[in-house]
Amino acid sequence: MEYKQLVEKMLIGDKRACAKLITAVENEPEKAEKIIREIHQYTGNAHIIGITGPPGAGKSTLTDKIVKALVSEGNKVGVIAIDPTSPYSGGSILGDRIRMQDLALNPDVFIRSMGTRGYLGGLSKYTKNALKVLDAAGYNYIIIETVGVGQSEVDIVKIADTIVMVMVPGLGDDIQSIKAGIMEIGDIFAINKSDLFGADRTAVEVNMMLDLTMDMDRRPPVVKVVAVNNEGIDDLLNEIKEHIKYLKASGKFEERRKNNLKLEVVELIEEELRKIVISQTDSENRLDSEVIEILNKNKNVYEVRDEFLKVLNDI
Amino acid sequence: MNRPIRVLIAKPGLDGHDRGAKVIARALRDAGMEVIYTGLRQTPEQIVATAVQEDVDVVGMSILSGAHNHLFPRVAELLKEQGVDDVLIIGGGVIPDDDIQGLKEAGIKEIFTPGTETSKMIEYIKNNVQR
Repeated sequence: MEYKQLVEKMLIGDKRACAKLITAVENEPEKAEKIIREIHQYTGNAHIIGITGPPGAGKSTLTDKIVKALVSEGNKVGVIAIDPTSPYSGGSILGDRIRMQDLALNPDVFIRSMGTRGYLGGLSKYTKNALKVLDAAGYNYIIIETVGVGQSEVDIVKIADTIVMVMVPGLGDDIQSIKAGIMEIGDIFAINKSDLFGADRTAVEVNMMLDLTMDMDRRPPVVKVVAVNNEGIDDLLNEIKEHIKYLKASGKFEERRKNNLKLEVVELIEEELRKIVISQTDSENRLDSEVIEILNKNKNVYEVRDEFLKVLNDI
Repeated sequence: MNRPIRVLIAKPGLDGHDRGAKVIARALRDAGMEVIYTGLRQTPEQIVATAVQEDVDVVGMSILSGAHNHLFPRVAELLKEQGVDDVLIIGGGVIPDDDIQGLKEAGIKEIFTPGTETSKMIEYIKNNVQR
Protein backbone atom coordinates (compact mmCIF):
# COMPACT_ATOMS: atom_id res chain seq x y z
CA MET A 1 0.00 0.00 0.00
CA GLU A 2 1.14 3.52 -0.75
CA TYR A 3 2.51 5.30 2.28
CA LYS A 4 0.10 8.20 1.87
CA GLN A 5 -2.87 5.89 2.20
CA LEU A 6 -1.25 4.28 5.22
CA VAL A 7 -0.78 7.68 6.82
CA GLU A 8 -4.43 8.57 6.24
CA LYS A 9 -5.55 5.32 7.81
CA MET A 10 -3.13 5.64 10.69
CA LEU A 11 -4.46 9.11 11.46
CA ILE A 12 -7.96 7.73 11.91
CA GLY A 13 -6.77 5.05 14.30
CA ASP A 14 -6.06 2.05 12.09
CA LYS A 15 -3.56 -0.04 14.03
CA ARG A 16 -2.49 -2.13 11.08
CA ALA A 17 -1.60 0.97 9.08
CA CYS A 18 0.30 2.28 12.08
CA ALA A 19 2.21 -1.01 12.32
CA LYS A 20 3.03 -1.01 8.61
CA LEU A 21 4.33 2.55 8.86
CA ILE A 22 6.57 1.57 11.77
CA THR A 23 7.94 -1.31 9.71
CA ALA A 24 8.67 1.11 6.87
CA VAL A 25 10.40 3.73 9.02
CA GLU A 26 12.41 1.01 10.72
CA ASN A 27 13.64 -0.62 7.53
CA GLU A 28 13.52 1.64 4.52
CA PRO A 29 15.38 4.92 4.98
CA GLU A 30 14.03 6.49 1.81
CA LYS A 31 10.43 5.66 2.58
CA ALA A 32 11.02 6.70 6.19
CA GLU A 33 12.00 10.14 5.04
CA LYS A 34 8.82 10.55 3.01
CA ILE A 35 6.67 9.30 5.86
CA ILE A 36 8.29 11.52 8.46
CA ARG A 37 7.88 14.55 6.18
CA GLU A 38 4.21 13.67 5.79
CA ILE A 39 3.43 13.14 9.48
CA HIS A 40 5.62 15.82 10.98
CA GLN A 41 2.72 18.24 11.46
CA TYR A 42 0.87 15.70 13.59
CA THR A 43 3.76 15.01 15.94
CA GLY A 44 4.98 16.66 19.13
CA ASN A 45 1.90 16.10 21.24
CA ALA A 46 2.89 12.99 23.14
CA HIS A 47 4.69 12.98 26.45
CA ILE A 48 7.56 10.56 26.18
CA ILE A 49 8.53 8.42 29.16
CA GLY A 50 11.74 6.42 29.07
CA ILE A 51 11.94 3.33 31.26
CA THR A 52 15.49 2.16 31.70
CA GLY A 53 17.56 0.06 34.07
CA PRO A 54 19.55 -3.16 34.26
CA PRO A 55 18.36 -6.46 32.75
CA GLY A 56 15.82 -8.21 34.92
CA ALA A 57 15.06 -5.10 36.97
CA GLY A 58 11.40 -5.37 36.01
CA LYS A 59 11.16 -2.71 33.31
CA SER A 60 8.56 -4.60 31.27
CA THR A 61 6.44 -5.46 34.28
CA LEU A 62 6.61 -1.88 35.45
CA THR A 63 5.75 -0.64 31.97
CA ASP A 64 2.70 -2.91 31.98
CA LYS A 65 1.49 -1.40 35.25
CA ILE A 66 2.16 2.20 34.24
CA VAL A 67 0.31 1.68 30.96
CA LYS A 68 -2.69 0.25 32.78
CA ALA A 69 -2.77 3.17 35.19
CA LEU A 70 -2.51 5.72 32.36
CA VAL A 71 -5.18 4.01 30.28
CA SER A 72 -7.57 3.90 33.23
CA GLU A 73 -7.35 7.69 33.30
CA GLY A 74 -8.47 7.85 29.69
CA ASN A 75 -5.09 8.17 27.98
CA LYS A 76 -3.97 6.50 24.80
CA VAL A 77 -0.60 4.86 25.33
CA GLY A 78 2.00 3.69 22.84
CA VAL A 79 4.87 1.44 23.91
CA ILE A 80 8.13 0.74 22.15
CA ALA A 81 9.93 -2.13 23.85
CA ILE A 82 13.51 -2.76 22.83
CA ASP A 83 15.46 -5.97 23.26
CA PRO A 84 18.97 -6.84 22.08
CA THR A 85 19.83 -8.17 18.64
CA SER A 86 22.39 -10.96 18.38
CA PRO A 87 25.73 -9.66 17.12
CA TYR A 88 26.30 -13.08 15.54
CA SER A 89 23.09 -13.97 13.72
CA GLY A 90 21.32 -10.61 13.54
CA GLY A 91 18.30 -12.30 15.07
CA SER A 92 16.64 -11.52 18.36
CA ILE A 93 14.11 -12.69 20.88
CA LEU A 94 11.76 -9.84 21.64
CA GLY A 95 10.13 -10.93 24.86
CA ASP A 96 8.97 -7.77 26.60
CA ARG A 97 5.36 -8.43 25.64
CA ILE A 98 5.27 -11.49 27.90
CA ARG A 99 4.78 -9.06 30.79
CA MET A 100 2.12 -7.09 28.96
CA GLN A 101 -0.13 -9.88 27.70
CA ASP A 102 -3.47 -8.47 28.64
CA LEU A 103 -2.70 -5.12 27.03
CA ALA A 104 -2.68 -6.66 23.54
CA LEU A 105 -6.41 -6.26 23.10
CA ASN A 106 -6.78 -2.85 24.67
CA PRO A 107 -8.00 -0.45 21.97
CA ASP A 108 -6.12 2.46 23.56
CA VAL A 109 -2.76 0.72 23.64
CA PHE A 110 -0.27 -0.02 20.89
CA ILE A 111 2.83 -2.06 21.69
CA ARG A 112 5.72 -2.56 19.32
CA SER A 113 8.86 -4.61 19.96
CA MET A 114 12.15 -3.67 18.32
CA GLY A 115 15.58 -5.26 18.19
CA THR A 116 18.64 -3.03 18.70
CA ARG A 117 20.12 -4.23 15.39
CA GLY A 118 23.68 -3.35 16.32
CA TYR A 119 22.92 0.02 17.89
CA LEU A 120 24.64 0.43 21.23
CA GLY A 121 22.98 3.24 23.16
CA GLY A 122 20.15 1.20 24.65
CA LEU A 123 17.76 1.98 21.78
CA SER A 124 17.65 1.01 18.13
CA LYS A 125 18.66 3.37 15.38
CA TYR A 126 15.10 4.00 14.29
CA THR A 127 13.36 4.11 17.65
CA LYS A 128 12.96 7.84 17.10
CA ASN A 129 11.14 7.25 13.81
CA ALA A 130 8.78 4.71 15.34
CA LEU A 131 8.11 7.16 18.14
CA LYS A 132 7.05 9.79 15.63
CA VAL A 133 4.57 7.42 14.02
CA LEU A 134 2.97 6.62 17.39
CA ASP A 135 2.94 10.29 18.27
CA ALA A 136 1.15 11.16 15.02
CA ALA A 137 -1.26 8.28 15.60
CA GLY A 138 -2.53 10.10 18.66
CA TYR A 139 -0.97 8.18 21.53
CA ASN A 140 -0.61 10.95 24.09
CA TYR A 141 1.79 9.02 26.28
CA ILE A 142 4.55 6.99 24.70
CA ILE A 143 6.70 4.71 26.79
CA ILE A 144 10.08 3.66 25.51
CA GLU A 145 11.45 0.67 27.32
CA THR A 146 15.18 0.43 26.66
CA VAL A 147 17.20 -2.76 26.54
CA GLY A 148 18.61 -3.78 29.87
CA VAL A 149 21.39 -1.27 30.39
CA GLY A 150 24.76 -1.49 32.08
CA GLN A 151 26.56 1.71 32.91
CA SER A 152 26.66 3.93 29.88
CA GLU A 153 23.71 3.32 27.59
CA VAL A 154 22.18 6.74 27.89
CA ASP A 155 20.69 7.46 24.47
CA ILE A 156 17.25 7.51 26.01
CA VAL A 157 18.02 11.07 27.17
CA LYS A 158 17.97 12.13 23.54
CA ILE A 159 14.34 11.20 23.05
CA ALA A 160 12.50 11.01 26.37
CA ASP A 161 10.94 13.84 28.37
CA THR A 162 10.83 11.92 31.64
CA ILE A 163 13.22 9.11 32.46
CA VAL A 164 12.37 6.51 35.06
CA MET A 165 15.45 4.65 36.22
CA VAL A 166 14.45 1.25 37.51
CA MET A 167 16.76 -0.13 40.19
CA VAL A 168 16.67 -3.33 42.20
CA PRO A 169 18.32 -4.33 45.46
CA GLY A 170 21.56 -6.24 45.44
CA LEU A 171 23.44 -4.84 42.46
CA GLY A 172 26.42 -3.37 44.22
CA ASP A 173 27.52 -0.99 46.92
CA ASP A 174 27.09 2.75 47.18
CA ILE A 175 30.09 3.49 44.96
CA GLN A 176 28.07 2.19 41.99
CA SER A 177 25.53 4.87 42.58
CA ILE A 178 27.97 7.77 42.35
CA LYS A 179 29.56 6.63 39.10
CA ALA A 180 28.93 8.59 35.94
CA GLY A 181 26.55 7.31 33.30
CA ILE A 182 23.11 5.87 33.76
CA MET A 183 22.78 7.00 37.36
CA GLU A 184 22.88 10.58 36.17
CA ILE A 185 20.01 10.43 33.72
CA GLY A 186 17.11 9.42 35.94
CA ASP A 187 14.41 12.02 36.52
CA ILE A 188 12.71 9.57 38.84
CA PHE A 189 14.23 6.54 40.52
CA ALA A 190 11.99 3.52 41.01
CA ILE A 191 13.34 0.89 43.37
CA ASN A 192 11.53 -2.20 42.14
CA LYS A 193 11.21 -5.49 44.01
CA SER A 194 11.07 -3.43 47.19
CA ASP A 195 9.75 -6.41 49.05
CA LEU A 196 13.15 -8.06 48.75
CA PHE A 197 15.88 -7.93 51.36
CA GLY A 198 18.19 -4.99 50.79
CA ALA A 199 15.62 -2.71 49.19
CA ASP A 200 15.75 -0.18 52.01
CA ARG A 201 19.48 -0.04 51.76
CA THR A 202 19.36 0.47 48.00
CA ALA A 203 16.86 3.28 48.51
CA VAL A 204 19.10 4.93 51.11
CA GLU A 205 22.13 4.70 48.84
CA VAL A 206 20.30 6.18 45.88
CA ASN A 207 18.91 8.93 48.10
CA MET A 208 22.38 9.75 49.42
CA MET A 209 23.72 9.89 45.89
CA LEU A 210 20.91 12.22 44.88
CA ASP A 211 21.55 14.48 47.87
CA LEU A 212 24.97 15.17 46.41
CA THR A 213 23.42 16.55 43.24
CA MET A 214 24.59 20.08 42.54
CA ASP A 215 21.51 20.99 40.54
CA MET A 216 19.39 22.50 43.31
CA ASP A 217 16.53 23.11 40.94
CA ARG A 218 15.08 19.70 41.32
CA ARG A 219 16.15 16.62 43.17
CA PRO A 220 14.87 13.42 41.55
CA PRO A 221 12.50 11.51 43.83
CA VAL A 222 12.96 7.88 44.81
CA VAL A 223 9.86 5.69 44.75
CA LYS A 224 9.67 2.16 46.11
CA VAL A 225 7.56 -0.18 44.01
CA VAL A 226 6.73 -3.85 43.67
CA ALA A 227 5.66 -3.95 40.04
CA VAL A 228 4.34 -7.54 39.99
CA ASN A 229 1.98 -6.73 42.85
CA ASN A 230 1.03 -3.32 41.46
CA GLU A 231 2.39 -1.67 44.64
CA GLY A 232 3.60 1.91 44.53
CA ILE A 233 2.46 2.47 40.96
CA ASP A 234 0.20 5.38 41.91
CA ASP A 235 3.10 7.09 43.68
CA LEU A 236 5.28 6.57 40.63
CA LEU A 237 2.62 7.94 38.31
CA ASN A 238 2.22 10.97 40.56
CA GLU A 239 5.94 11.62 40.38
CA ILE A 240 5.85 11.32 36.60
CA LYS A 241 3.10 13.94 36.49
CA GLU A 242 4.96 16.18 38.92
CA HIS A 243 7.96 15.95 36.64
CA ILE A 244 5.87 16.93 33.64
CA LYS A 245 4.59 19.97 35.56
CA TYR A 246 8.11 20.87 36.58
CA LEU A 247 9.40 20.58 33.01
CA LYS A 248 6.68 22.84 31.67
CA ALA A 249 6.86 25.41 34.47
CA SER A 250 10.65 25.69 34.37
CA GLY A 251 10.96 25.92 30.59
CA LYS A 252 13.04 22.75 30.61
CA PHE A 253 10.50 20.93 28.48
CA GLU A 254 11.15 23.19 25.54
CA GLU A 255 14.86 23.30 26.27
CA ARG A 256 15.14 19.50 26.21
CA ARG A 257 13.15 19.17 23.04
CA LYS A 258 15.17 21.88 21.33
CA ASN A 259 18.44 20.22 22.32
CA ASN A 260 17.22 16.88 21.11
CA LEU A 261 16.10 18.32 17.80
CA LYS A 262 19.50 19.91 17.34
CA LEU A 263 21.15 16.55 17.93
CA GLU A 264 18.77 14.90 15.52
CA VAL A 265 19.44 17.37 12.73
CA VAL A 266 23.19 17.16 13.26
CA GLU A 267 22.96 13.37 13.12
CA LEU A 268 21.02 13.53 9.87
CA ILE A 269 23.56 15.90 8.36
CA GLU A 270 26.42 13.64 9.40
CA GLU A 271 24.70 10.65 7.87
CA GLU A 272 24.10 12.43 4.59
CA LEU A 273 27.66 13.76 4.43
CA ARG A 274 29.01 10.31 5.09
CA LYS A 275 26.92 8.94 2.23
CA ILE A 276 28.17 11.61 -0.17
CA VAL A 277 31.82 11.17 0.73
CA ILE A 278 31.69 7.36 0.82
CA SER A 279 29.88 7.14 -2.52
CA GLN A 280 32.65 9.20 -4.07
CA THR A 281 35.43 7.18 -2.54
CA ASP A 282 33.86 3.80 -3.14
CA SER A 283 33.02 4.37 -6.77
CA GLU A 284 36.67 4.67 -7.69
CA ASN A 285 38.03 2.22 -5.16
CA ARG A 286 40.11 5.10 -4.00
CA LEU A 287 39.98 4.11 -0.40
CA ASP A 288 41.86 0.87 -1.05
CA SER A 289 44.70 2.56 -2.85
CA GLU A 290 44.89 5.42 -0.36
CA VAL A 291 45.14 2.98 2.51
CA ILE A 292 48.24 1.50 0.91
CA GLU A 293 49.71 4.97 0.65
CA ILE A 294 49.13 5.40 4.37
CA LEU A 295 50.67 2.02 5.19
CA ASN A 296 53.73 2.89 3.10
CA LYS A 297 54.06 6.18 4.96
CA ASN A 298 53.63 8.22 1.77
CA LYS A 299 50.62 9.91 3.29
CA ASN A 300 49.04 10.22 6.71
CA VAL A 301 45.40 9.73 7.69
CA TYR A 302 44.63 13.43 7.84
CA GLU A 303 45.97 14.12 4.36
CA VAL A 304 43.79 11.36 2.97
CA ARG A 305 40.80 12.69 4.86
CA ASP A 306 41.29 16.15 3.37
CA GLU A 307 41.54 14.73 -0.12
CA PHE A 308 38.28 12.88 0.28
CA LEU A 309 36.54 15.89 1.72
CA LYS A 310 37.34 17.84 -1.43
CA VAL A 311 34.24 16.27 -2.99
CA LEU A 312 32.20 18.46 -0.72
CA ASN A 313 33.49 21.56 -2.48
CA ASP A 314 31.79 20.42 -5.66
CA ILE A 315 28.26 20.20 -4.28
CA MET B 1 14.12 -4.93 1.04
CA ASN B 2 16.74 -6.47 3.25
CA ARG B 3 15.30 -6.73 6.71
CA PRO B 4 15.02 -9.52 9.26
CA ILE B 5 11.99 -11.79 8.98
CA ARG B 6 9.69 -11.07 11.92
CA VAL B 7 8.03 -14.06 13.51
CA LEU B 8 5.44 -14.24 16.26
CA ILE B 9 5.77 -17.41 18.30
CA ALA B 10 2.61 -17.95 20.28
CA LYS B 11 1.18 -20.51 22.66
CA PRO B 12 -2.58 -20.51 22.25
CA GLY B 13 -4.80 -22.28 24.72
CA LEU B 14 -4.26 -23.61 28.18
CA ASP B 15 -1.34 -26.02 28.08
CA GLY B 16 1.75 -24.80 29.86
CA HIS B 17 4.35 -26.65 27.89
CA ASP B 18 6.51 -24.04 26.23
CA ARG B 19 9.80 -25.88 25.94
CA GLY B 20 9.14 -26.53 22.25
CA ALA B 21 8.13 -22.94 21.56
CA LYS B 22 11.31 -21.72 23.24
CA VAL B 23 13.51 -24.12 21.27
CA ILE B 24 11.90 -22.89 18.05
CA ALA B 25 12.22 -19.24 19.09
CA ARG B 26 15.88 -19.75 19.82
CA ALA B 27 16.50 -21.56 16.51
CA LEU B 28 14.80 -18.78 14.55
CA ARG B 29 16.82 -16.18 16.44
CA ASP B 30 19.99 -18.01 15.47
CA ALA B 31 18.77 -18.00 11.88
CA GLY B 32 18.70 -14.19 11.97
CA MET B 33 15.00 -13.64 12.54
CA GLU B 34 13.33 -11.27 14.97
CA VAL B 35 11.16 -13.44 17.16
CA ILE B 36 8.38 -11.94 19.21
CA TYR B 37 7.56 -14.34 21.99
CA THR B 38 4.41 -13.61 23.93
CA GLY B 39 4.37 -16.31 26.56
CA LEU B 40 1.77 -18.82 27.58
CA ARG B 41 -2.01 -19.02 27.43
CA GLN B 42 -2.83 -16.63 24.65
CA THR B 43 -6.30 -16.32 23.21
CA PRO B 44 -6.63 -16.27 19.42
CA GLU B 45 -7.72 -12.62 19.76
CA GLN B 46 -4.53 -11.72 21.64
CA ILE B 47 -2.39 -13.51 19.08
CA VAL B 48 -4.01 -11.68 16.20
CA ALA B 49 -3.80 -8.27 17.92
CA THR B 50 -0.12 -8.88 18.59
CA ALA B 51 0.51 -10.02 15.01
CA VAL B 52 -1.10 -6.82 13.73
CA GLN B 53 0.79 -4.43 16.03
CA GLU B 54 4.10 -6.15 15.50
CA ASP B 55 3.52 -6.40 11.73
CA VAL B 56 5.00 -9.87 11.63
CA ASP B 57 5.66 -11.90 8.50
CA VAL B 58 4.98 -15.24 10.18
CA VAL B 59 2.67 -16.44 12.95
CA GLY B 60 3.90 -19.71 14.44
CA MET B 61 1.76 -21.44 17.01
CA SER B 62 2.54 -24.35 19.29
CA ILE B 63 -0.04 -26.54 20.96
CA LEU B 64 0.38 -29.73 22.94
CA SER B 65 -3.03 -29.94 24.50
CA GLY B 66 -5.08 -31.27 21.60
CA ALA B 67 -7.04 -28.07 21.05
CA HIS B 68 -5.36 -27.33 17.73
CA ASN B 69 -8.42 -28.07 15.61
CA HIS B 70 -10.26 -25.29 17.35
CA LEU B 71 -7.54 -22.70 18.04
CA PHE B 72 -5.39 -22.75 14.90
CA PRO B 73 -8.29 -22.17 12.46
CA ARG B 74 -9.70 -19.47 14.76
CA VAL B 75 -6.46 -17.49 14.49
CA ALA B 76 -6.48 -17.88 10.70
CA GLU B 77 -10.08 -16.72 10.60
CA LEU B 78 -9.48 -13.67 12.80
CA LEU B 79 -6.44 -12.64 10.77
CA LYS B 80 -8.57 -12.80 7.64
CA GLU B 81 -11.28 -10.73 9.30
CA GLN B 82 -8.70 -8.06 10.08
CA GLY B 83 -7.64 -7.99 6.46
CA VAL B 84 -4.25 -9.51 7.24
CA ASP B 85 -3.49 -11.45 4.08
CA ASP B 86 0.29 -11.26 3.99
CA VAL B 87 1.16 -13.43 6.98
CA LEU B 88 2.40 -17.00 6.78
CA ILE B 89 0.59 -19.09 9.40
CA ILE B 90 2.29 -22.25 10.63
CA GLY B 91 1.71 -24.60 13.53
CA GLY B 92 3.44 -27.24 15.53
CA GLY B 93 3.08 -29.61 18.43
CA VAL B 94 1.51 -32.96 19.07
CA ILE B 95 -0.82 -33.05 16.10
CA PRO B 96 -2.21 -36.31 14.69
CA ASP B 97 -1.58 -36.90 10.99
CA ASP B 98 -5.31 -37.17 10.40
CA ASP B 99 -5.83 -33.55 11.47
CA ILE B 100 -3.20 -32.01 9.23
CA GLN B 101 -5.22 -31.86 6.03
CA GLY B 102 -8.09 -30.09 7.75
CA LEU B 103 -5.79 -27.55 9.35
CA LYS B 104 -4.19 -26.81 5.99
CA GLU B 105 -7.60 -26.25 4.47
CA ALA B 106 -8.32 -23.80 7.30
CA GLY B 107 -5.33 -21.69 6.29
CA ILE B 108 -2.49 -23.13 8.35
CA LYS B 109 0.11 -23.39 5.63
CA GLU B 110 2.30 -26.02 7.25
CA ILE B 111 2.30 -28.21 10.34
CA PHE B 112 5.52 -29.33 12.00
CA THR B 113 5.25 -32.36 14.24
CA PRO B 114 7.69 -33.65 16.90
CA GLY B 115 11.06 -34.66 15.51
CA THR B 116 11.14 -32.04 12.76
CA GLU B 117 14.61 -30.58 12.30
CA THR B 118 14.61 -26.88 13.10
CA SER B 119 16.64 -26.33 9.93
CA LYS B 120 13.71 -27.68 7.87
CA MET B 121 11.38 -25.18 9.44
CA ILE B 122 13.79 -22.32 8.94
CA GLU B 123 14.13 -23.25 5.30
CA TYR B 124 10.36 -23.50 4.95
CA ILE B 125 9.87 -20.04 6.42
CA LYS B 126 12.56 -18.48 4.25
CA ASN B 127 11.06 -20.02 1.11
CA ASN B 128 7.45 -19.21 1.85
CA VAL B 129 7.37 -15.87 3.60
CA GLN B 130 5.56 -13.20 1.56
CA ARG B 131 7.17 -9.80 1.50
